[in-house]
Amino acid sequence: MKRVFATVVLSLVAGAVGVRSASAQATNDARLKPDTTNQLHDAQYPEVDIVYGAGLYKARCVTCHGDQGDAIGGVNLRSGKFRNAVTDTELARFIRAGSPAAGMPPFALDNAEMAGITAYLRNMNTFDTASVKAGDAARGRAIFEGKGGCVACHRVGLVGSRVAPNLSDIGSQRSPGSLQRSLLDPSGQMMPINRPVRLVKKDGTIVNGRRLNEDTYSIQVIDDKERLHSILKADLKEFTISKTSPMPSFKDTLNSGEIADVLGYLQSLKGQ
Amino acid sequence: MTTKTRLVVCGLAGLICLLSVRVHGQVTPQRLVNATTEPQNWLTYSGSYWSQRYSTLDQITPANVRNLKLQWVYQSPVAGNWQTTPLVVDGVMYITQRPNDVVALDPLTGRVFWIYRYTPNENRIVCCGANNRGVAILGDTLFMGTLDAHVIAIDAKTGREMWKTQVASTTSGYSITHAPLVIKDKVVIGVGGGEYGIRGFIAAYNVETGKEAWRFYTIPGPGEKGHETWEACPPKSESFCDPEAWKHGGGSIWMTGSYDPKLNLTYWGVGNVGPDYAGSQRPGDNLYTASIVALDADNGTLRWHYQFTPHDVYDYDAVQVPVMIDNWGNTGIDVVAWANRNGNYYALDRATGRFLLGKPFVKVNWMSDFDERGRPNQTPQPPGQPTYPGNQGGTNWYSPSFSPRTGLFYISAWEDYASIYGPSPVEYKEGRNFTGGGPRNNSAVPGAPGFSRAPINTWTEAAGHGAVIALDARTGQRQWKFDMTDVTDSGILTTASNLLFTGGREGFFQALDARTGALLWKTNLGSAINSGPITYRIGNKQYVAVVGGLGLFVFALD
Repeated sequence: MKRVFATVVLSLVAGAVGVRSASAQATNDARLKPDTTNQLHDAQYPEVDIVYGAGLYKARCVTCHGDQGDAIGGVNLRSGKFRNAVTDTELARFIRAGSPAAGMPPFALDNAEMAGITAYLRNMNTFDTASVKAGDAARGRAIFEGKGGCVACHRVGLVGSRVAPNLSDIGSQRSPGSLQRSLLDPSGQMMPINRPVRLVKKDGTIVNGRRLNEDTYSIQVIDDKERLHSILKADLKEFTISKTSPMPSFKDTLNSGEIADVLGYLQSLKGQ
Repeated sequence: MTTKTRLVVCGLAGLICLLSVRVHGQVTPQRLVNATTEPQNWLTYSGSYWSQRYSTLDQITPANVRNLKLQWVYQSPVAGNWQTTPLVVDGVMYITQRPNDVVALDPLTGRVFWIYRYTPNENRIVCCGANNRGVAILGDTLFMGTLDAHVIAIDAKTGREMWKTQVASTTSGYSITHAPLVIKDKVVIGVGGGEYGIRGFIAAYNVETGKEAWRFYTIPGPGEKGHETWEACPPKSESFCDPEAWKHGGGSIWMTGSYDPKLNLTYWGVGNVGPDYAGSQRPGDNLYTASIVALDADNGTLRWHYQFTPHDVYDYDAVQVPVMIDNWGNTGIDVVAWANRNGNYYALDRATGRFLLGKPFVKVNWMSDFDERGRPNQTPQPPGQPTYPGNQGGTNWYSPSFSPRTGLFYISAWEDYASIYGPSPVEYKEGRNFTGGGPRNNSAVPGAPGFSRAPINTWTEAAGHGAVIALDARTGQRQWKFDMTDVTDSGILTTASNLLFTGGREGFFQALDARTGALLWKTNLGSAINSGPITYRIGNKQYVAVVGGLGLFVFALD
């Protein structure tokens, strides 16, 4: 039953393509199209996001919409354009809200899933699903806990260090494209809150760690020994925030297959 | 004036002094005009018709402010962002709480006299924090706007409803969130709904009957002056253009205006144009959006206007509280001073609207400079590039303050803050979101996290920060700045003892030296402060009140 509901989710989005309202016709609807000069959505969707979205489509949408996105009369998902959803934000809102009148229930997708399905819908016309080679999560986990050395800093479930951000639900928070960039260019993808800090108190005590929170008068960190500190800025004589991530790039230490496997594992981490 | 001095003065002129501190009975129009002469009370949303949020009370000073102690707390039973400013009238405090309750309390103890409960239409459509920011008073009657676009009169003694007038259709997106302004025998309000394609207006209602006395549409219709700024669509437009864009042109009102009794003009800031971002479908300047309008208080006739952001595509609502300064910088000119969401500080001649000064108070790149009449030369940024200030503005609706004592204008600002915009065409549908795209990034950093800051500030220094900025009101030159790590949505209060009170999203309530910006005292109220502090006096004790989180906190010296 659940599957049946899930497979009709995109039908209304597609329906919007097929039937335009009279009022839209009256107001020159041909020009209600994406203004590409202003980029309504990201110009480039990372291929890993498209791949991820293709998997979601196959699991949840294909029963109603078909492999080619045109199984519902008058609807062609492959056009990548939707009357009620011009921007990606609107597309996400539409999918999450559904439309009971058209038999489409609200559909909860996490942010990563939404990024994936959006990327796939925007590229359905040109993307060859036969070329998809998704990473293997089990192999990825082995690399994560072994050769990659990730657990020296990161934690998943009850395994690993707390020094770096906990990754137990990273697969529902970050898109595959973002995760891939993190593996290849950690500093470029580091969230500002996670920037390493070096704090030197007036009594000479040094705290190196990761920032958890900060306000005008104090800062909260977890240090490299997994200890929590809350320090008043008035007690500091030095406060340095680094934009360089302590995480190494895996660009040269893991091959592309291994990167894909680690990515597959990270995508599978959805928390409990 | 110190307490000692005041006692001496009281001794010399006992009767006058007694009258000044214990005025009971009805709040007359004249008392509203002279509100600053009875600083024990707080009679209008912004403290007086001049809207300076400045009080002559001076018992709490830079020297003793560190001894402030919490006197009482009133906890709202209703969750959600709380933005009310209390009134204090002859020993009774009046606040609103979500969605549209009015509460009368003892300002000495926080104990409740009565609660008026109003349940707005469940089909109401309200954007961006369904809220109410306070009431107005005249005689023994309180006035409140509601989220479902009604104005209600309430007996200040009993909390009983006296009349109720529907001013617009809530299902079309009209709402009222600001505190009304009473002028003579009329209660003046405006309507919100700028994100739903409303046609905004300011209207006045008879205080006795609730009947509409006048209405000024912030979007002029055919044949009205200003309508020409809703230009015809080009014959061969490549993008969607709406030939009747004015019908859904926005121009919402969601902050309380000011009033000059001498000129009999009332000043109001007008919100964003609809759709907010899709500029190409509404060619022209789009008057009177993102403007100040000066209206005849008796009949609503437009006397003058000034548009801060012509053809706005950034959601730079001009909804800030108009602050009136007499004899501005000893020039002999009475002005409206204005720190705008678009990042500029302005001074306009109150009688004529003449542009006297425009100067950025934060980083601005949507414009370069002004022409001699005050029109900004706009410099739209290339697609994908950040625009400063960002979508929430260099400031926003947070009440500023002007201290006649320091001559400084105080702003709650967001510094180093930008947005990357992504406009898209949008078709009007009644009651539906009508923004036409939006900011793709609420920071200059692609991929930066969204709006959730306090209690965990994940934005950090990468996406801007809050500050109190003190400007020389005459020149717009920055005199000092108090930096915050997180941003601020708090209003500001200043007093004759050179104190400045303000809050922020971090939950700190702070007292600064209004002359230097030095931190003198702070306390953590535990949740974001989204309101403006006030001060009042009961007996011989001065109190400072502020709403933070779900608490109304009141402080005084022990």
